[in-house]
Amino acid sequence: MHGRPRKAYKPEEEAASAAKAAKLRALQSQFMANHHNKIYTKEAVDLSTKLLEINPEAYTAWNYRKLAVEDKLSRIESDPDLVKTILDEELRVVESALKQNFKSYGAWHHRKWVLSKGHSSVGNELRLLDQFQKLDTRNFHAWNYRRFVVELTKRSEQDELEYTDDMIGSDFSNYSAWHNRSVLLSSLLTRKADGFLPNKKIPDEYKLVQNAIFTDEDDQSGWFYHLWLLDQTVNVETPLLTSSWPLHGSRINLSAGCSNGSFSKLTTFGSESGSFPLVLYFDQAVCGVSSSTVTIDSELKGNEDLVWEPVSKKNSQVSCVWVARLKYISSEPCFGKEYKVKVRVGNSPGIVSSRGCNFSASYEFVFTAHVHDTVEESSQDGIVSWKDGFDIWDAESKDLNALATLDRSNAQMDSKWRQEAIAEEIDLFRELPDSKIGKLTLARLLMAKAMISDDAVKGVHYNEILELCKDLMALDSSHYQYYKDEHSVALLRKVTSSTEDLSGHLFRCRNMNNSVCLRLNNLSLSRIASVEKLLFVQMLDLSHNELHSTEGLEAMQLLSCLNLSHNRIRSFSALDSLRHLKQLRVLDVSHNHIGEHSVDTTRYLCSSPLSNSEWPQDEVGSQMPSLVTKYWDAYFVLRDLNLKQLDITGNVIAGDEFSSFVLQVVPKLVWLDGKKLEI
Amino acid sequence: MSDLPPYPPLDPTTYDLIIVGTGVPSSILAAAASSSGSSSVLHLDPNPFYGSHFASLSLPDLTSFLNSNSLPPPPSNTHDFLSVDLVNRSLYSSVEISTFEPETLEQHSRTFNIDLCGPRAVFCADESINLMLKSGSNNYVEFKSVDASFVGDSSGDLRNVPDSRGAIFKDKGLTLLEKNQLMKFFKLVQTHLASSSTEHDQTAVKVMSEEDMESPFVEFLSKMRLPQKIKSIILYGIAMLDHDQDNIEETCEHVLKTKEGIDRLALYITSISRFSNAHGALMYPMYGQGELPQAFCRRAAVKGCIYVLRMPVTSLLLDKETGGYKGVRLASGQEIFSQKLVLDPSITVGVESLPSLTDQQKETLRVLVPKAVSSKEKIARGICIIRGSVKADISNALVVYPPKSLFPEQLTAVRVLQLGSGLAVCPPDIHALYLSTVCGDDNQGKTAVLSAISTLIRPQVPEDLQTDSIAENDTAVTKPVVIWRALYVQELVKGEFGGEISSTSSPDGNLNYNEIVESAMKLYEQLMGNKELFKEETENTAEEDDGDGVEIED
Repeated sequence: MHGRPRKAYKPEEEAASAAKAAKLRALQSQFMANHHNKIYTKEAVDLSTKLLEINPEAYTAWNYRKLAVEDKLSRIESDPDLVKTILDEELRVVESALKQNFKSYGAWHHRKWVLSKGHSSVGNELRLLDQFQKLDTRNFHAWNYRRFVVELTKRSEQDELEYTDDMIGSDFSNYSAWHNRSVLLSSLLTRKADGFLPNKKIPDEYKLVQNAIFTDEDDQSGWFYHLWLLDQTVNVETPLLTSSWPLHGSRINLSAGCSNGSFSKLTTFGSESGSFPLVLYFDQAVCGVSSSTVTIDSELKGNEDLVWEPVSKKNSQVSCVWVARLKYISSEPCFGKEYKVKVRVGNSPGIVSSRGCNFSASYEFVFTAHVHDTVEESSQDGIVSWKDGFDIWDAESKDLNALATLDRSNAQMDSKWRQEAIAEEIDLFRELPDSKIGKLTLARLLMAKAMISDDAVKGVHYNEILELCKDLMALDSSHYQYYKDEHSVALLRKVTSSTEDLSGHLFRCRNMNNSVCLRLNNLSLSRIASVEKLLFVQMLDLSHNELHSTEGLEAMQLLSCLNLSHNRIRSFSALDSLRHLKQLRVLDVSHNHIGEHSVDTTRYLCSSPLSNSEWPQDEVGSQMPSLVTKYWDAYFVLRDLNLKQLDITGNVIAGDEFSSFVLQVVPKLVWLDGKKLEI
Repeated sequence: MSDLPPYPPLDPTTYDLIIVGTGVPSSILAAAASSSGSSSVLHLDPNPFYGSHFASLSLPDLTSFLNSNSLPPPPSNTHDFLSVDLVNRSLYSSVEISTFEPETLEQHSRTFNIDLCGPRAVFCADESINLMLKSGSNNYVEFKSVDASFVGDSSGDLRNVPDSRGAIFKDKGLTLLEKNQLMKFFKLVQTHLASSSTEHDQTAVKVMSEEDMESPFVEFLSKMRLPQKIKSIILYGIAMLDHDQDNIEETCEHVLKTKEGIDRLALYITSISRFSNAHGALMYPMYGQGELPQAFCRRAAVKGCIYVLRMPVTSLLLDKETGGYKGVRLASGQEIFSQKLVLDPSITVGVESLPSLTDQQKETLRVLVPKAVSSKEKIARGICIIRGSVKADISNALVVYPPKSLFPEQLTAVRVLQLGSGLAVCPPDIHALYLSTVCGDDNQGKTAVLSAISTLIRPQVPEDLQTDSIAENDTAVTKPVVIWRALYVQELVKGEFGGEISSTSSPDGNLNYNEIVESAMKLYEQLMGNKELFKEETENTAEEDDGDGVEIED
């Protein structure tokens, strides 16, 4: 039960419990003897009954009973009456065990097992459940079992929904009831049951949960449900293509890399290998992106069977970001020519979200690739400086607009009721300003509103969110980091919400073929977001922030230079996502905390030496096993990067030993900590 | 008198205490005194039933009780003592009884248990319940929950009193912000109660300042920025106040301090959670309020108290020399003696015998001498037997009409309690509706009660007009119809300790018995000299759980 203080035992109670333990021990050893000798006589089974009625947690006894039942059933040759008697006896034992402790996993499981045999009547089960759920309304065992019984009896989801109405009505602090409600509604809405249209039903649900929240804002159960509702309002089940690179209608310049030396101010893309990445960014993780689901129609030769790769953790075939490399320098000369590329996503079915929804609305985009015969101006081996040689980008500039078409609303969404619902919630929660959770919810609602509306007041919303996050950081210091992250997300969304906002941070790097450089330094960012709008960025300055990890940057496939100096990165594991950036050449991670912790403790799941199966076979690994063991996190990241310039000073890990290790792992490195390496 | 069977003589003839009248306070005294072990108690009642002014009666009995007039005592005399004749004075005035469907009443004549002192219900955390538990008299009564309580207005709408977290959540009349404000206020009160219950803890934060506690409750509610609607619910629907708190100048003597207001809320809040099988703050005894005095009387009888009903006391016997109290003469003519005497509030000394008394004798009798009453406050009561219910699907419910809610001149709150056959007080499909309001004079009180009646129920319409009225007003159809109605005004008499002769209180204007129980306990202390009331003797005979009844047990 909930909210009942535990009392210290009185001496007589302790004595009683000791006596009980002695009795249990005796029973237990007798029972174990029976079990080992496979004795299933009536006396032996009765002994297990006795044991379970005292201690329902004795799961071995439950298993023994299963064996005993199987044994009995094998003897009686399917006389239905006898079968029923045997199974009914099991149900009776479970019931009395549950009366002793209705949170016994073994007992509930045994009951399920008996019922799955299919000979018992299930009509009684809901009655029994009502009894247990009255005793403890939040008992999740009972709720789980209830779902099992409902499925077995084919009781309608509508009836179950009504049951949650009753349970929530009698006590709205019932997480289990709210949770079951969300499960039932999800199913009813997905299969579009009669009267369950999202645009009607979800506003009704908002009204219900508002009552709970406003009655007692300190009760969390309602807030969880509200969060779920908001998710239902903002997100659509079917995956959508959020953005791509290149964008629809854009014109990209590609450098051929070898020709007559004419000088151009054009920003060029493309790598040494004569290919450029094609990036698809979905709103949720999908699988099944391939040359059959995504077709390319272009005059560029040799791209018939493009290989699409998910930009995600190793071995995962599910990702928001998918990339393919389009070749533009093939055997025949192609300089000075323009090529139209038509990409059709979802041409044939196969792109499926991790929740199992199909990418249904096929989407087509066209861009032009212009291959110039310009020479890359700077020497391949020059040091890249983050200080000089940057030009401001004119906000009105045509090529800027071509790069970043930022407002792309999803026409597929029936967004009217969603916008109305969110606007209503915002008005309401503005009236509940005193509470932490009220502010947080308001911030989330505003974020949702800014996301699904394409009005010009987005910036106003983001400013309000930023203020709310600041308030929350001050109010609730124990969740400071969470609010800080939200603040960063909002800030980045704001920066990327319009070309005006973005242009203030955009530069051209003269020394790097006018590469597009985005400077987001000194913004006290703790998290990266809005990457889908920044796919075109080639140089990214994130220095002087509070980043713990580079998660999110993996989508920026054009990135060649990254400045992460003066952040809070604590290990190379936190840079794991950079391994996906095939064009990354310059990395500055100086003045971080690398080496303080070899494991990124800010994440629950991270790579460790043990998760890498190829560990022993590696060449470098076999040459200097002790260093690899010592710097394993650096090893796994740096090994996959193709860096020419690395800055590592100002970290705990930095030092002569580490430098020599780096030289071994990254043989192509030219600049280390600002010094040119002798080759 | 001659048709009564002859009274058997009582034996013994001397007691420590004689109590006349079996109302709630008298019965508590009898039970407490008998349980103390050292006192012999004789408990008399002139009526053929238990409960006096707190009884539950059939309709004819109720009618005749309300209409009973003061009987002139038979002239009597005695040689050894000075005899002072007693008069049984009626507490009721402006009694008005109307029967609309005599045949229906005839048909169910014995299924009614109608309270004289209604509307009355008990809070689960009431003093009377504590006392029942302490005395063990809880074994003789079964309670059931009052299902709902409402605040009404002249439009006929009944709004739920959102008195708990769950009720606020489900309420349809409050806006979200009002829900928030009300719940916040409840939480504040709860925090305050929790912190004041652990007063020794120095770290406990004072939630409410001393200054706040002394200020008028209504001002404190305004300070908490509660809107008028919620203030009205708290003041009249939860704290159960009678007088208009918004016009403090006019009724300053009735202004409730925050401290008292918080106490009343505390009673309500603790009531809601006291018994696991009670779903609300209020409950009502099966078979009527008359069961309560009976329960105490049964407890007293178990402990050795002697009971004689139908036994009026005709005169007091005083010592000729000292003028001190000696005993009483019964209607049977027998003389019984005791140390002390406690009388029902309706018993007084005949005015004609006053001039002949000496000052000493007057001193002995001071409790009985009618005085110029300081507060002229009375209580107007109404009883309606109705077909149908004031709220669909709800049988037992409390309705409160705050001051000015029925008509602009309404000075005091009108409380209405509807009870149904589930409580064994009336036949199925019929409800007993009790109304009351505190008033300065009979007319004012009856006007308010009648106004509430006309808002809630439909008058009987002659057969030929009925169809027209239905067509004319559809909503009227759902209103219940009155079958029988009684209106009366009851005097409020406070009990008094007078040394040898004391008196008990009449039913008061409250919904519960707290003040009556308090005054009875105080009187007991004065009579018995600080002897502990019901020293722990709860035998805790576990009651059988019989479904929806509320078991009151510790």
